[in-house]
Amino acid sequence: MTLLDSPRSASTAAPSIGDGWAGFTAGPWQHGIDVRDFIQCNYTPFTEDANFLTGATERTLCLWARLSAMFPRERALGVYDVDPTTPASITAHAPGYIDRPNEIIVGLQTDAPLKRAIMPNGGWRMVATSLETYGYPVSPELETIFTKYRKTHNDGVFDVYPPAVKRARHSHLITGLPDAYGRGRIIGDYRRVALYGVTALIAAKKVERAALDEHPSTEDIIRSREENAEQVRALKELVQMAASYGFDIARPAASATEAVQWLYFAYLGAVKEQNGAAMSFGRNSAFLDAYLERDLQAGVLTESQAQELIDDLVIKLRIVRFLRTPEYDQLFSGDPTWVTESLGGIGLDGRTLVVKTAFRFLQTLYNLGPAPEPNLTVLWSDALPEGFKRFCAQVSIDTSAIQYESDDLIREAWGDDAAIACCVSPMGVGKQMQFFGARVNVVKALLYAINGGRDELTGEQIAPVTAPLAGDVLDFDTVWTAYLASLEWLAETYVDALNCIHYMHDKYAYERLEMALHDDTILRTMACGMAGLSVAADSLAAIKYASVRPVRDDTGLIVDYVIDGEYPSFGNDDDRVDAIAVTIVETFMAMIRTHPTYRNAVHTQSVLTITSNVVYGKKTGNTPDGRRGGAPFAPGANPMNGRDTHGMLASALSVAKLPYSEAQDGISLTNTVVPTGLGHTPEEQITNLVGLIDAYTLSHGYHLNINVLNRETLEDAMEHPENYPQLTIRVSGYAVNFVRLTREQQLDVISRTFHTSV
Amino acid sequence: MVAIQLGQTEFHHEQLDAHRAGTVASVHSWELVTAVDGPGTRLTYFLSGCLLRCQYCHNPDTWKMRDGALTPIDDVLARIRRYRPVFTATGGGLTLSGGEPLMQPAFVARVFAECHELGVHTTLDTSGYLGASASDELLDHTDLVLLDVKSGRPDTYREVTGRELAPTIAFGDRLRARGTNVWVRFVLVPGLTDAVDNVDAVAEIVARWPNVSRVEVLPFHQMGEDKWNRLAIPYPLHRVQPPDAALQERVREQFRAHGLTTF
Repeated sequence: MTLLDSPRSASTAAPSIGDGWAGFTAGPWQHGIDVRDFIQCNYTPFTEDANFLTGATERTLCLWARLSAMFPRERALGVYDVDPTTPASITAHAPGYIDRPNEIIVGLQTDAPLKRAIMPNGGWRMVATSLETYGYPVSPELETIFTKYRKTHNDGVFDVYPPAVKRARHSHLITGLPDAYGRGRIIGDYRRVALYGVTALIAAKKVERAALDEHPSTEDIIRSREENAEQVRALKELVQMAASYGFDIARPAASATEAVQWLYFAYLGAVKEQNGAAMSFGRNSAFLDAYLERDLQAGVLTESQAQELIDDLVIKLRIVRFLRTPEYDQLFSGDPTWVTESLGGIGLDGRTLVVKTAFRFLQTLYNLGPAPEPNLTVLWSDALPEGFKRFCAQVSIDTSAIQYESDDLIREAWGDDAAIACCVSPMGVGKQMQFFGARVNVVKALLYAINGGRDELTGEQIAPVTAPLAGDVLDFDTVWTAYLASLEWLAETYVDALNCIHYMHDKYAYERLEMALHDDTILRTMACGMAGLSVAADSLAAIKYASVRPVRDDTGLIVDYVIDGEYPSFGNDDDRVDAIAVTIVETFMAMIRTHPTYRNAVHTQSVLTITSNVVYGKKTGNTPDGRRGGAPFAPGANPMNGRDTHGMLASALSVAKLPYSEAQDGISLTNTVVPTGLGHTPEEQITNLVGLIDAYTLSHGYHLNINVLNRETLEDAMEHPENYPQLTIRVSGYAVNFVRLTREQQLDVISRTFHTSV
Repeated sequence: MVAIQLGQTEFHHEQLDAHRAGTVASVHSWELVTAVDGPGTRLTYFLSGCLLRCQYCHNPDTWKMRDGALTPIDDVLARIRRYRPVFTATGGGLTLSGGEPLMQPAFVARVFAECHELGVHTTLDTSGYLGASASDELLDHTDLVLLDVKSGRPDTYREVTGRELAPTIAFGDRLRARGTNVWVRFVLVPGLTDAVDNVDAVAEIVARWPNVSRVEVLPFHQMGEDKWNRLAIPYPLHRVQPPDAALQERVREQFRAHGLTTF
């Protein structure tokens, strides 16, 4: 990549393409695309506390108020507005503004805020259904184009699915597959645009192309060349798009303001074109901090202005919108975009990657109020600076809006420049992407094992015919043997489905801009996943430690179970059942690994449901653990509600036993605490929460969603108990399930929880 | 038949010996909790058996020792060892609660001594009624006592618990003499323990003990009622309302007026 070489050398002030690099410390990053090296050479670790932070400026508050006034209409109608006739691309829409004179960072997905675009390359039906649902006209011309002339990803997949996949999909054994929507979970290294400028990136892509041209034109090489050509085309369009806003991103960013703007343009290009299930932002705080710190040191930027830049960027990230169907929203519980930004962590050299800008991102939750997006994710290690840990805990207590992932596990597996895509999926930024695979229902797979491959709700034969289990009492060894066979078939069918999907996604809905911001040689993972782990483990524990009698209907189908005796349940730090959960994870992972993947992707899996645990539960009949048919599964790797009776941390320590090496796409745990459950004073609460997260990550826990409930949340839980099935409240040494209390008791808890303080 | 009965009797004797020696305990349950039973995250064992019959008890299922599960000390120690990293990370430790842990003093003494061998912080959650059963050696290995002073007036104490106040005061005096760190807890029940002079009496007693580092006023709640009903024990506080914010604040102020750090 000599094209990047600068005429000046690295001795004094850093050489630059233009003046973008002036003042930076020189290093290998100047001679090839290497953002991590730039960060390592130029970032300033910050080990103090949050006192330096500033509040929102008047301008920020006005801009945010202007947008906030539009949210009620959007909530009421489902969408604020849609452009139903312009298929999205990087350059399809004219520039859009919220309030042009008052925006520091500019750029919108379409020509107006909250106006959603159509993205038909994923599938026409998703677009047409969405438009019809929200009362927008479906253009007959576009319909003709995308049903007659232009094949979509969705069409491609259904041309090649084998019957077994269709059956498993139809019976909800495998659900949420990205075969009709964008797979997402790809993070472009958006920082590259700011650091190098697009001209240099195109030059580097051309070098990669030249190398490809040296190879004979085999199928793989042809595909790579075509992708390279698409990437270059996307980069050129990105330059055009930025130019329409009056910026020249062909050159590197020369100031902090430009760095934020360039970075955002790169991300904006991606979300203009791709409706991915998760469109994550990456790991940008140390990178941006180098620019902010340079301008602060030079005296051309104040702290308030630095915060304002981050506030403005976050405002933009909060209004990323996609047009999706209500069914999609039901599966994902709402309208999430997973604009995940990963903060903190420790570098391979032992220096913390916490910078002032990590604090600034968290501060947006105060300056703009709490919000689920961007999905602020802290890469936590007990070695993080105390000041940062305490600020994170404080933000959690005040807003519940951040999640934690084990920096130690992620760094060991993927290095110190990895970011989270979606909720828990780690990947080296610009070096790695995943083929998102949604998940299988391991509970249904158990019921199929018991019922000889028939669906417990419909009686349909879905899996291959095996002998249904006979006898009056289920025998553990027999059930386990049948379960292994069921999982074996499921693993094969599942990888088959994912190979079909990702072949077609690459072909018809290739993420050309996101991939333009990757190296040419990257690590691909095939991200499989499972839902219902705790139900499956508890069911097997019931069969092993209690006595479970199957109840058959008149066709011989087992439709219910009677349990005699007690059994240990997952979530109590009890090895008898926790070991079963571990074995399920290890066994299914090993089975998945035996099946070849598209583009030789490395097999991984997650124990994560996002929020689809409710939908999965709805489609699954009675289970041997006593769970009623239709009842939700626990989310992610969570123990089942109410069965974990030994406290939050004991519950978490059961989950921490699941080996990350066998679930490298992440293991998700969600927990809820009330502030007073953490201590009497804010100081005590912060200390205790820091201790809990330390204790969990030191015990090899991977991910932790911490809900620290405020009064409003509890009141909402009273009105909408269905949304809070697992809300546990501790009152003077006694744990209760909040939604099961009488109204009076709930009011008592609320007054007790919130009147005692201050 | 005889042989079997004999076997059972022998077994029973063995258990009693083990109990006296403190190598086994009657345990109601355990929990890993934060911020309620001492500093940091605690492994709290609720031991079975209590001589008090507090009207507001939210764990009447811990009253009888025979209802607990006989648990060998090695099981308890294994769990303590497992959670050492948790204690280190959170500044926590072991809490023995109940029931009344001093119903099984030999077990408490053994476990606390082992904890100190392991460098684990120990907390004893007690009414103090059986304080005389706590040996000096037991208290040598007790880092913190959560002392329930359920009432300040002897008659109210008797009404609330069915027992005498004096042993609790004596235990508190002994802890003061030893300089053991104490958190005092007072459960505030409208119409039962909330009289101004009763609260003042508690505060006066506690104010004599400079080793008390905090007072926690715990507002009575109705969430134990279910358990009384399940056990078919008539529940004396049916329909009693939890204290409102104003009453709680009044009572906390009474403690603060005696120079006590009160939550």
